[in-house]
Amino acid sequence: MKTPEELKYAKTHEWVRFISDTEVEVGLSDFAQDQLGDLVFVNLPDVDAEAVEGEAICDVESVKAVSDVNAPVSGTVTEVNEALLDAPETINSDPYGAWLFRLANVTDTENLLDAEAYIKFCEEEAH
Amino acid sequence: MGSYVPSTAKQREEMLKAAGFSSADELYRDVPEDLKFKGELKLPAGKSELEVDRIIRALAAKNKEYLSIFRGAGAYNHYIPAIVGSVVNKEEFVTAYTPYQAEISQGVLQSIFEYQTMICELTGMDVANASVYDGCVAAAEAISMCRSPKKRKVYVSAGIHPDTMKVINTYCGTAGDEIVVLPLKDGKTDFSAVDGEGAVCLYLQQPNFYGVIEDAEEAGKIAHEKGLTYILSMDPFAMCLLPSPAEYGADIAVGEGQPLGMPLSFGGPYLGFMACKEKQMRKLPGRIVGETVDTEGRRAFVLTLQAREQHIRREKASSNICSNEAHCALTASVYLSAMGPEGMKEAARQCYAKAHYLAAELEKAGLKRCYEADFFNEFVTACDDPEALVKKLDEKGILGGLPVEGGILWCATEANTKDEIDTLVKEVCA
Amino acid sequence: MKTLFERSVTGRHCTILPACDVPECTPEITRKSEMRLPELSETDISRHYTELAKQTFGVNDGFYPLGSCTMKYNPKINETAAALPGFKNIHPTQDHVQGCLELLHTAEEYLCEITGMDAMTFQPAAGAHGEMTGLLLIKRYHELKGNTQRNKIIVPDSAHGTNPASSAMCGFTVINIPSAPDGCVDLDKLREACGEDTAGLMLTNPNTLGIFDKNISEITKIVHEAGGLCYYDGANLNAVMGIVRPGDMGFDCIHLNLHKSFSTPHGGGGPGSGPVGCKAFLEPYLPGERIVEKDGEYALDPRGAESIGAVRGFHGNFLVVVKAFTYLLTLGREGVPEVAKNAVLNANYLKHLLETTYDVTNKGICMHEFVITMEEMKKINGVSAMDIAKALQDYGIHPPTMYFPLNVHEALMVEPTETETKETLDEVAKIFLELHAKALEDPEYLHSAPHHSAITRPDEVTAARKPVLRFPFND
Repeated sequence: MKTPEELKYAKTHEWVRFISDTEVEVGLSDFAQDQLGDLVFVNLPDVDAEAVEGEAICDVESVKAVSDVNAPVSGTVTEVNEALLDAPETINSDPYGAWLFRLANVTDTENLLDAEAYIKFCEEEAH
Repeated sequence: MGSYVPSTAKQREEMLKAAGFSSADELYRDVPEDLKFKGELKLPAGKSELEVDRIIRALAAKNKEYLSIFRGAGAYNHYIPAIVGSVVNKEEFVTAYTPYQAEISQGVLQSIFEYQTMICELTGMDVANASVYDGCVAAAEAISMCRSPKKRKVYVSAGIHPDTMKVINTYCGTAGDEIVVLPLKDGKTDFSAVDGEGAVCLYLQQPNFYGVIEDAEEAGKIAHEKGLTYILSMDPFAMCLLPSPAEYGADIAVGEGQPLGMPLSFGGPYLGFMACKEKQMRKLPGRIVGETVDTEGRRAFVLTLQAREQHIRREKASSNICSNEAHCALTASVYLSAMGPEGMKEAARQCYAKAHYLAAELEKAGLKRCYEADFFNEFVTACDDPEALVKKLDEKGILGGLPVEGGILWCATEANTKDEIDTLVKEVCA
Repeated sequence: MKTLFERSVTGRHCTILPACDVPECTPEITRKSEMRLPELSETDISRHYTELAKQTFGVNDGFYPLGSCTMKYNPKINETAAALPGFKNIHPTQDHVQGCLELLHTAEEYLCEITGMDAMTFQPAAGAHGEMTGLLLIKRYHELKGNTQRNKIIVPDSAHGTNPASSAMCGFTVINIPSAPDGCVDLDKLREACGEDTAGLMLTNPNTLGIFDKNISEITKIVHEAGGLCYYDGANLNAVMGIVRPGDMGFDCIHLNLHKSFSTPHGGGGPGSGPVGCKAFLEPYLPGERIVEKDGEYALDPRGAESIGAVRGFHGNFLVVVKAFTYLLTLGREGVPEVAKNAVLNANYLKHLLETTYDVTNKGICMHEFVITMEEMKKINGVSAMDIAKALQDYGIHPPTMYFPLNVHEALMVEPTETETKETLDEVAKIFLELHAKALEDPEYLHSAPHHSAITRPDEVTAARKPVLRFPFND
């Protein structure tokens, strides 16, 4: 399982890449994609939607399940990765390249974990 | 007397004993005693098959079958080829469950895939679902597809079937939509009230309830100018002669599929069909069958895009539909296969020609059409006393048109012969 | 197998219609695009569908223990009845329909007696449609009392997916409550969930684990005392009809699945019929028209402004009601409880034959169905509920309901129904036990099952990622 050092993580298994102090890119961690299995579709949020930390913002579908994606931080959606609509499998094959959406005016970042803490958290959750 | 329980009394005893029960009553020991139903149900005693057959036949005999039918109004009398009944009554198709187990359900899955394809061909759309309950519910579900959190206004033509209007009111009313009814002018929908502000869609029926051919292309242009989704409901035969929903510019095509091989049946089971453009594919409710391959690379069909549905999405699903009208969809497929493209076009031409012949003859008999606009296979004529005229025809074994405000709504299909029409007109004059 | 479109040959056709016998004419604007409907002879059509029928597994093909679906035998006299021209050729708006109305009126009477309700509508076309209708009655009740703040419906976690979906469609917020360890409603959790905002509770009893909830009177009392109403999902009525009535358990409205408990066929997914029954105080809100009888004459009587309106056109799936009514005539007052008792007996007998080998979640008695969990086996050697289900196909058995209810992992939900013989149950049990042994000794064989079906397991991931939803016609 890969957990890049330069990223931050939420306990709900989203990764966060800081583009600037107030802008981020969000995707699903390797651990998350592995648990979810083969993803077949992504319901992306609307641009301009308000993300609230800890609340569902969009969802991903596998054949027999749908799982919420939570906003790891608060902010405003500025862009969504429409390429995923045609190639949801990218989330499985390249989880850290497959960003879902970008947020601006980011706040509520204090609950994010660094890679080391996130790996520990995943280990605990597996037991 | 009958219960279709095959176990003998002796076997039941053996089974009870084996499972550790001393009596059949013990099976319900979890049911509190005070709740149990005491005494006998107020139902007649059970009966043998012959007795049941007699009772049912006696009931059916109390209904009147007409020699000829000149009424549509949402339920149409078309000829049903013999092959249709022969195929759809095959026990496997009748008694199978929803094809969740693809490996042993390829037959029913493929039949739905073929049905979806044929609905796409009729409507000119990209994707169709495996059916909903009827045309009214198809309309309501189509409007639900357009729902947006910020815009709640829905334009609906006053010319749609009154039952559809009621069902839309029930479904959309409870969802909090604001329904704006567009009035009719000379029998056609007047679109001048469509300003698009805060609205999501426009719903039109072609031909409308009064048989009139609407300016459906114009409606599409107006809808799209105002940024609305254009939902067009169309009779499946009208689609074969008039422009298709896609040619009219529809984004979602729906309708009542009963004319495609289903008998009148006092109103059901019928078939709600729904089709849309690819961009709305994932908003389409209900089951959808897709083609894929099995582990050996052979063609296989499966229920797909299931994560949209209630059994997975639960309270977040946009529709609750589970059971649909799959057997009616099969009926429509067999019907369309038997008719073929030429047969469907010919039937549509005959519907049109016979309705126009009927209108011309009725006019000679003094029943003038109420609206100038052209019609497909239904039209309204003025009539001083519709109820009396319909009663007079009834006595001759003819089901006349439906009395509506201002006159009578008549219908002719390919099933009506010239002789029947001439007889009808003679009786009108008598 | 070829599709209809691949069998099509340009110019081939069936001769169905005579030439037009009135002057021909055409509308001003006509269709331009071609319709690529198949061009076939009657032989082609007949053979095509005979082939498809061979690849379709119906109740007539074998044991069909789909939990919560009640796949009982579909009696032939029911089909004969529904095919009578005196029902089939009747226009929904015509006069002289005394036979249709008498049938609907009497069916309403019988089904109300069986369920302890006062009135019923046949307009809903399926179970989920019935749920929506029943919830709209509840909504209307609260609205008319001015209690619009009552906007929450309580649903246990073992409920069918349609329950929360229907609630949401009616504009309610769903409150999911977890079941107690025994699978029944957790009374404390229910009490916590009930309050000023409770519109009602939706419940299936017996529940989806096949357990009759003994506390049912207490449950409906808690909801009523909080000001809510109680909705009975009739999916599992087959276990208790004629034994205990939803009306006596304290339910205010219900839906029935005529295509489950009352033997009408499923048709590969529908049509069904989901009549909704209610207590007298909700009757004015029912959709559609009332059927009234006076001196042996029947008439349709429109309901007033309090009605929720209509949920479907005309009078519902009438021919399905004809089939269910025919079945009720056959059963009669003694047949109804006999069905229930034998459904429960068959389930308990099969459970008894399996429970020493399989992990059955029902420790005591079960009602019409029981649930097996494959969780342990999956941990040991990877054989899942899916693997067992697929392997059963090779023995001519339709798999049980898989992965439901959601509160049991690796679930297989088995409902044999009363129309199966002891011989079948014995045979089926033998096969289940054989598969269990096979699973321990050769898990790979089960992973790759089925081995004798028309296809092996389909690639559902590709089907969903790259949807092909219509024949492509090489365009």
